[in-house]
Amino acid sequence: MKEINELNLPENFLYTEQHEWAEKGDVVKVGVTDYAQDQLGDIVFVELPEVGDSFEKGDECATLESVKAVSEMYCPVSGEVVEINEALEDEPGLINEDPYEKGWMFKVKVTSADGLMDKAAYLEMLKGA
Amino acid sequence: MINDKLTGLVLDEPLLWEKGSRGRIGISIPEAEVEKAKPDKDLVWEGPDFPELSEVDVVRHFTRLSTWNFGVDTGMYPLGSCTMKYNPKLNEKTASMEGFISSHPLLPDNLCQGTLKLMYELQELLCEITGLDAFTLQPAAGAQGELCGMLVFNAFHKKNGKRRKKIIIPDTAHGTNPASCALCGFEPVGLNSGADGILHPDAVREIMDEDTAGIMITNPNTLGLFEENIKEIAEIVHEKGGLVYCDGANMNAIMGAVSMREIGVDVIHLNLHKTFSTPHGGGGPGAGPVGVIKELEEFLPVPRVEKNGDKFILNSDFPLSIGKLHAFHGNYGVLIKAYTYILSMGKDLFDVSTKAVLNANYIKENLKDVFHLPYDRPCMHECVFTDENFEEYKVSTLDIAKRLLDFGFHPPTIYFPLVVHGAIMIEPTESESKEEIDRFIEVMKQIAREAKENPDILHNAPANAKVKRLDETLAARKPKLKG
Repeated sequence: MKEINELNLPENFLYTEQHEWAEKGDVVKVGVTDYAQDQLGDIVFVELPEVGDSFEKGDECATLESVKAVSEMYCPVSGEVVEINEALEDEPGLINEDPYEKGWMFKVKVTSADGLMDKAAYLEMLKGA
Repeated sequence: MINDKLTGLVLDEPLLWEKGSRGRIGISIPEAEVEKAKPDKDLVWEGPDFPELSEVDVVRHFTRLSTWNFGVDTGMYPLGSCTMKYNPKLNEKTASMEGFISSHPLLPDNLCQGTLKLMYELQELLCEITGLDAFTLQPAAGAQGELCGMLVFNAFHKKNGKRRKKIIIPDTAHGTNPASCALCGFEPVGLNSGADGILHPDAVREIMDEDTAGIMITNPNTLGLFEENIKEIAEIVHEKGGLVYCDGANMNAIMGAVSMREIGVDVIHLNLHKTFSTPHGGGGPGAGPVGVIKELEEFLPVPRVEKNGDKFILNSDFPLSIGKLHAFHGNYGVLIKAYTYILSMGKDLFDVSTKAVLNANYIKENLKDVFHLPYDRPCMHECVFTDENFEEYKVSTLDIAKRLLDFGFHPPTIYFPLVVHGAIMIEPTESESKEEIDRFIEVMKQIAREAKENPDILHNAPANAKVKRLDETLAARKPKLKG
C-alpha cells in the first residue's frame, strides 16, 4: 500500500469522494485515482458502460474486479458516454500501471461537473481518512 | 520459537497426460460376444485425448495429490464465515448404511418409509432448534436457501394483493444476499451498520416503506457480532407489512440460545454443512434447509414430507407453493449426516455454540494487543482483525495469511467482510482444543513480530508449502483451464 505522500495525483484533474477522477472540459476522460487502484490491488476485470449510456453524477457506471473484491465505480460527472477505453478489456492492469493516461475508463460529454474537488481538497480528504 | 519447518516427504506428481504410455490400460475388457457394428460416419472422430494409464498409475496419482491437500482432518481451519468444524466419522457411517444408499429416489412412499421418516424428523428437529414452524430440506446450499426465501417473500406479497419491489440488505450481510434478491427480481437497498458494527432501528425506520418486501439480516453478522436490535428492527419491518429473513449461516454461535421466532424472524436458512458438521468446500455438497413461520408454510417447495397416522407420505397438494427447487429430496446424504450429528449431540448443541463463542473471544482477547481490532466488543463465533498495525512495514493481510501456511494452519478468511479494510476473519469453531488454539495464538504473535523485524519473511511466504506464492493476478487475468 502506498503512503499518502507516495500517491500520484495530477494537478489539473478533478476528484470525487469515491476516488474517481475527471478531466476538466466539455468532453472529458474519467477513471479511478491512484489511491483507488492501490487500495483495490491488481485489477483483473473491468466492466465498462456502453457508448450512448447516460449517467448522473454518483450513478454506478462501471465495475472493477480485483484479486480482493468487486467494486462499483460511480460516475464523477453527469453526461453521456461517447467513447470507452477498449484496451482495458484485454489489459485491465493498465488501471494499476497508469490510472490517468493508459488506464482512463471512458469519455463523457458533460452536462454537469458540479461538486468535484481539486487536488488540494482531495488530498486533504485522504489525510483525514 | 515455534517450529515452522513442518514439511515432511512431499512427492512431486505430473499431470495425468504427462504419465503413462500409448495403449496402456488399467482393465481387461472381455471379448465382445456380438458382431461389431459400423457406426454412422458422422459419429466417428478421433476421440478425446484421454490419458492412458494402468490402475497403479491412477491410484498413485490421486494418492499423491491427496497428500498436498489440507482439510479439517489435517489441521486447524479457522476460515471465518465458513464454520470449518470437525466432521465426526460417525456421520459417514450412517450415511453409508445400505438402506439409505440403496434407496432409489423414485420408490413409492410405502417402500421408503425410513428415508421419509428421517426427513420428517430432521425437519422437526430444525424447527425445535430455531423455534420456527415448518422446514423444507430441498435447497442444495445457502444461496439456494436464500433464493427459496425470496420466492416465499414474493409469494406472500402476491397473495396479499401487492407485489413489492425492494429488499433491505445491511452492509454486514453475506455477499450472496443481494445477489439472491436481485436474481428474484427484487431491488437490493443497502443499509449501513452503525459505528459499533451492528444495525440501528432508526436507520431501518428511515428506509422501510410499503414498497419494501422485507429485510435480509445475517445474524450474527459478518463481523461476528450479534444484532442486538433485531427484535425492534423486526417490529419496524412488520409494521409496514414486510417480512424478516435471517441468513442463518452463522447459526453455530446461537444454537439453543436464541429462538428465531422470539426475535421476529419469519424465514431462515440453515447451512447444514456448516453448523451441523458435514464436509463442505472441496469436501462435499451442502444443504440449505429453509424454515418459516406457520403463516408462510403454504408457500414452501413441494413435495413436502408429512406424517399421516404412523405413515410418512410425500404431499404436493399446496397450490400456493413456489414449486420444486431440487430434484428428488435435496442432497440427501448431507441430510443423513446432519441428522446423525443432531441426535448424537442432543442438548449439547447449546454447548457447541457456547464453546464456539468462547474460543473466538479467547483468540480476540489474546491477539487484540498485537493485531488491530476494529470492533472491540464481545464477539460471537468469529473475530475480525485487520493489517493496520503493519501498514508501515508494507505487510498486508495476504502476507500474514500466506505465512500461516508455514506453520501448518489453514489461513483465515481475508478481505471479507468488505466493511473492514484488510480484514482477517478468524473462526476457530468449537472443535479445537485449548492447546491447539494457544499454538495458533503463539504463531500469530510470532508472525506479528516477524512483520516488524523482518517483513520479507512474510512477503516471500509460504516457504514450506508444496507450491510457493501463487500469482493470483495472472491466474485471474489469464486463466488456463485445460490440462
